Parts: sequence; C-alpha cells; structure tokens
Amino acid sequence: MDRVTLHLHWVGRRLLLGLGQTAAVVLFVFALTEALPGDAAVALAGDQPDPERIARIRAALDLDRPTAERFLDWAAGLLHGDLGTSLVSGRPVSGYLAGGLGPTVLLASATLVVLLPLSAGLGVLCARREGGPLDRTLSALTLAVHSVPEFALGVLLATVFGLWLGWLPPTAVGADPLTDPAVLVLPVLVLISRPVCTISRLVRAGMIDAMASPYVAQALRYGVGGGRVRWAHALPNALAPAAQQLARTCDWLLSGVIVVEALFVIPGLGTVLIDAVAARDVPVVQGMAVVFGVVTVLANLGADLVARRFAPRAEVVA
Amino acid sequence: MNNPRSGFARRGFLLATATATAAALALTAGCAGDTGKTADPKNAAAAGTPQRGGTLRAAFPGGGAGETLDPHAANLFVDAARAKALYDKLADFGADLAPVPRLAERWEPNESLDTWKITLRKAAFHDGRPVTAEDVLYSYRRIADPKGTFRAKASLEPIDLAASRALDASTVEFKLKRPYAEFPNVLAAFGAYIIPKDTTSFDKPVGSGPFTFAAFTPGKSLVVKRNDAYWEGAPHLDQVEFVVASEESARVSALLGGQVQYAHELSPATARTHEGKGKIEVIRLPGSSMQGFVMKTDRPPFNDPRVRQAFFLIADRKELVDGALSGAGEVGNDLFGKGYRYYASGLPQRTQDLERARALLKEAGAENLKVTLDTAPAATGFVEAAGIFKEQAAKAGVTVEVKVGNKDTYWKDILDNGTFASYRSGSMPIESHISQRLLTGSTTNATKWKQKDFDDLYQQAQSTRDEKERAALYERMQRRLYDEGGFLIWGFADWIVATAPTVHGVDAKAPANTLDWARFDKIWIA
Repeated sequence: MDRVTLHLHWVGRRLLLGLGQTAAVVLFVFALTEALPGDAAVALAGDQPDPERIARIRAALDLDRPTAERFLDWAAGLLHGDLGTSLVSGRPVSGYLAGGLGPTVLLASATLVVLLPLSAGLGVLCARREGGPLDRTLSALTLAVHSVPEFALGVLLATVFGLWLGWLPPTAVGADPLTDPAVLVLPVLVLISRPVCTISRLVRAGMIDAMASPYVAQALRYGVGGGRVRWAHALPNALAPAAQQLARTCDWLLSGVIVVEALFVIPGLGTVLIDAVAARDVPVVQGMAVVFGVVTVLANLGADLVARRFAPRAEVVA
Repeated sequence: MNNPRSGFARRGFLLATATATAAALALTAGCAGDTGKTADPKNAAAAGTPQRGGTLRAAFPGGGAGETLDPHAANLFVDAARAKALYDKLADFGADLAPVPRLAERWEPNESLDTWKITLRKAAFHDGRPVTAEDVLYSYRRIADPKGTFRAKASLEPIDLAASRALDASTVEFKLKRPYAEFPNVLAAFGAYIIPKDTTSFDKPVGSGPFTFAAFTPGKSLVVKRNDAYWEGAPHLDQVEFVVASEESARVSALLGGQVQYAHELSPATARTHEGKGKIEVIRLPGSSMQGFVMKTDRPPFNDPRVRQAFFLIADRKELVDGALSGAGEVGNDLFGKGYRYYASGLPQRTQDLERARALLKEAGAENLKVTLDTAPAATGFVEAAGIFKEQAAKAGVTVEVKVGNKDTYWKDILDNGTFASYRSGSMPIESHISQRLLTGSTTNATKWKQKDFDDLYQQAQSTRDEKERAALYERMQRRLYDEGGFLIWGFADWIVATAPTVHGVDAKAPANTLDWARFDKIWIA
C-alpha cells in the first residue's frame, strides 16, 4: 500500500515536471520562430516582395501586434484547447495535426512493432555468442548500417527494391498506407536501420553484464535452467537502458521521420512541420511543438516506469 | 530465334498484357470509357490520334498542408496547374508570351487605348450557369479588393473597376486609369481566374475549366474529372490526379516506378541520366526561367555605368550555363525574355572580354574593387552561379565575396538591401517585366533603375496603337538596358518535365506558366 502511494507520488511528480518541460519547450519554440528572419508575410510574398503587399498581408494576419500580446493570446487559447489557426490557409491548426498525425503514427507504430523484437533478439543472440564470428559479423554490420545517412539509405533501397527489382512501391505517392501497406515497407526499413543498431548493442552489452553478475551465477547455482535465467532474470535487467534509449527513439521517430517522409512522400507530421517553418506559419509550428513536447514527456515517463519495473534499483537515478 | 512460333507466343503474351493493362486502367478509372478505342493502344499512338480515357497522375512539388484551391491565391506552379484544370482566364499566354484569347473571344480598345471592350465566348461553369460579364467583374473586384492580398492585384491596378461595367451578359467594358496598349496582358495575368459571381468558399470549387472538381486533400492530392461540356471540347483523359511530392528524387522514383505518369520540375542531372533510355520521356521547356544578377544602379559601385558594363563583360555566360544549369539552358544577353514577343534579338551577343572590363573599371576608378554578392538556395543553380561568377570576376581583378542568405526571405532581403545579388524570374511578357521591375514606381524594382526618359518611353509605348511603332519603342528601351541596365542576365534555364512513355500530347515549346504548359486537357494516354 505504502509502496503504491509512493509510486503514484513519483508518477505525479514526473507528470508535473513533464508539464513544465512542455511549457518550456513551447516558450522556447515561440522565441525561436520569432527570431527567424522574416515573418509569414514575407514568406508568403515569395519572389514578389512588393512592400505594400507585405504590409497588407502583415496587417491581415495581425502580425503587426507586439510579440508578447500574440503569445499571451495564443497561450490563452491553448488553455481552452484551441491551437489557433494557420496564418497561411486560415484553417485550424488542429486539422493540420490530425492530418499529419495519422501517417506518422502509423509509420512509427509499424517501426516499433518490427524494431522491438528484432533488436532484443539480435542483442541476446550476440550476447550468447559473445566474441564469436556471428557476434563480430553482426557488430560490424550494425556499425556499418548505423553510419549510413537515412537519405542515402532511402534512395538506395528505393532504387534497388522499388525500381530495379520492382518488388515494392518506390514511394507512397497518392497511396493510402492503410489499404496499401506495401508502401510502408521501405520507409520502415529506413527508420529501423539506425535504432536497431543502437538498441541491439545496448541489449547485448546489458545481457553480457547481467549474465556475468552474481545474481545470475546464484540462480544458476540454484539449478534454474539456462533459458529461464537468460530470459526471465538477465534480459529485464538488460532492457532497462534499452528502454530509455527506446524513449529517445520515439521522440526521434516523431520528428526525425522528416527525411523518410520527404523521400517516400508520406504526408505526415514531419512534412507539415517543414512546410510550416518555411512558410513562417507560427501557429502551426507552435502546435507541433506542443504535440512533440507532450509525446516526448510521455515517452520518457513510460521509459522510466519500465526501467523501474525491470530494474527497481535504478530508482535512485530517476 | 528463327522459330516463328516463339514470335507468335511473344505476341500473344504482349496482347494479353495490353488487354490486361487496358482492363486495369478502365477499372481504376472506374468508368467504362470508350473501350473500343482503348483496346488497341499501339496503333493509335503510332498514328498520333488522341484517344479517350484513363487517369493521369501528375506529381508536382507542393505547398504542403497550407494549400488552398482558391485560384486567386495561387502562388506555386502546382497552384497554377490546378487552377488551370478547374478554371479559365479571359486570356492566357502563348509560347511567345503574347496573349491568346480564352474566355474572352475578342478585345477592342477605343481610340485612346483607355477603354477596352471584351466580348466573352459562350462558356459555362461546371454547375451549368453561363459565364457572364458579371462573373468577370466579380472576380476582378475580388482580386483587386483594397484589403486583399492576391498576387494578381498588382497586375489589375491599371483598371478603374468602379467605372467598369457589364454592357450586356457577354460584354465587359473596362475603363483604365491610363492608356494601355498591352492591356490584354492583364487578362492573362498569373492568378486572374474567373470564378462564378458571389463565390466565397473553395471547398468544392466550381469553375469553367476543362476538368471538374472531385476530391481534395491539402498537401496530398487533388482529383479532377473530365468536363464533357468544356467550351473548347472535352479533355481526352477521364481523370487527373495532382499529387504532391516536394523531393525531386521522390518524383523521379514515382515516375520510374509507374506510380505517376507526369513529373514536374526535374533537375538537369536527372534528365541526363534517364534521357533516351526509353523508360521516361524528358521534355525541356525552353525559356522558362531567366537567370542573372542584379546590380543596384543607385549606389556604389554600380551607380557608375562603366562598372555595370565591366560586369557585363566579366561574365562567361557559357560557363555559367554549363556549370550552374548543367547545360540545360541557353546564354542570355542581359535582356529579359529571349524568344518572346518584342525581344530585341538584333543586338550583338555579349561575350567575355576581361581586357575591356579591366579598362572600364580603371576608367571608373574602381580598380581592386570588392563587392558582396548576396545569394541563397532560393532557386536552382543560385549558389553555384555565384561561385562561378566569383572566379570569373577574380580574373578581372574584382574580389567578389559570396554571402549565402536565408532562402525563405531571400526576395525581400535583396529588394532594397545589398548591392549585388542572384536573381531569377519566371516567364512573363517583356511589358510586364518592365512595368513591374524597371519603372520608377515599380513595386519590385530590385535594380533601382529609375530613369525618367525610360519611364516616358514605356508610357509612350502604351499610348501607341500601331504595333510596329510600339515594337520600335520596346527596342529602344531594351537597347538602353543592354547598354547600361542593372540586370546582368547570363542565361535562360529550361524547365524540365518528364512523362511515362505512354503519355502523349505534352507541349514541348511552352515556357512554364504559359497556356500550353501543364495543360492536361490536351494530353492522352496510349
């Protein structure tokens, strides 16, 4: 009982901290977008920078009001759940988020579904064969893949599997990933290429440490089977650092898919963000910042919870 | 090899594939179409006869989730292409940038060129209502709304809309604020589309264009269907889908992979890689983009015409075209609009002359000159061209410091600031180039060219009825710019589009943004 309240207390503290972090992120993003050269009026004017027209756009968009005033207005709207409207199209920001969220979440979940078992399995496999040819080959391979930029890997995969072999669609242009999941295969491959390397190596290192630890030796002395020790005793300990790395991967998946989205024409959050920054569409950028902030906080909270569950001694660190 | 049976078998296989493809096409189009014609695509293609049916998917770089179907808000190529499918203008530009009648059947000015009578052709909006003079006036008033910010507003400025009126359902009388011989250019201006009277929402756009609206997801796709009642005859295609792919490699992959049949804006390198290999057809639209540098003529060192002339002579245009445009273009002669109507093609082609450039700089007391060249990745080849020019200038003893700025705000940054900057321009009539950029009151006068006598020549041309006399005046203006203007125009870039080999009827002469560019009602699949 006491332990549960303590636990809830901890979660509550973490959530409060998270809320503060999100607010800080939003403030920071607002400051950064304000610091960018030019505003939406200038970006909208493009190669016809007629000064009068820019002034009119600026007035029409309320951009001529002081920064602080605009920020307070926006923050007040946020408290009512109103993310504001786009400067470019006049459509609500929530619509932008909803539109971009679907493809990105689909992509991210598909990635995680493949990534988790794959990296855990690879890590354990390497740890079992520590120093053997398989371990060395996989280590070399993961290091090599990790050093290839996503853009290059994406172009390579699209060319080989999409154009030369014709096995998979080279882009997702005009397709609905829900009805045509084949378009997701190449993007997911590119997305898992890096995290699978880092996470499997963390699992491997954790497994090797855990297998060499006194409690595993103890368990083995008690006659607990090798498989059971490996999966039930050693792996959870090895997963704790990997879980935290995974949380970082989740953040990255949300924002870092930009390259993959552009390369394979998946109109997700990354694309929305890039376009919004280029157009200086501040409300949309801010809305994205809120979403990214919240997701990051939640993912890290989840990771800490998992780490506590798997390796309670790590609590002091958290 | 010589066995006739195997040849037979192959032919049988091909036929089966062709039939399957045709069936699949008919299925995807969701429309029976004219199956009698689609059954044998090969013959028709050989004969060059357009045939009906099919869906064309066209990939354009796009504007993301902020896109709208308001044709007056068009800013990007994809906006213009979509607006062209759904709407019409009163006129549009031919390949030489001379206005071609569209919804306007004809136009007649009065004696003093300040009142123009426009007669509309018989055309209908997609909901069946006829296109009338009231619709024209409504559209123009919406664009020109003093509080509005539509791009074509500046082009419509010469019209006194309060005094203009509908003489009858199919005749509009435009009163102008001053004589304007080139008024039909206004009717063809970028974004001057005609929408039905009282339209305020563009969720389900209704136009008079060759295609009707079917579905739209901003940043993703627009689907349009054939308008059988189109005044110029129904398009061949059943359906066109505009998809957005901002990354060039994605457009190429999608085209090579058969996901799209038309890709807009490819790089010269890509074009060279795939040209003539049979997988895709590469089409180069010449004269689509002017490439150059602006010298601000109102401040040192360029307020001395001799320095400007020296810079004209520093440029090795061939090297710039080959280097910055990968050879996909032709050299310029410091004048806008090569190949367009009124272009002064008789002036000698300028070539590099470093001796003379040095001499001119010395005469102007500008030896060991140092200038900052503003550039940004705001257009293809900008940064490359700046680097190449820096090397060329060094040979004439001029130190050019290249400063790479922000691409999103570039055009505003260089309008009033700096002295020397990269520049490009899409196609427009020479008259528009002059009125928008080279008159004392021009809104985007990046060279700060403000010359009373030049303004007078322009006004004189606009009050001249006789086309020959007008051409002579344009020639005088261009000669002046050639001698001492602020635009160092070193080249004209081709615009590169590519299609699947099954796509026919794509015009190969029309510069981007002219009538026959991205004109999907004239395209067919075979």
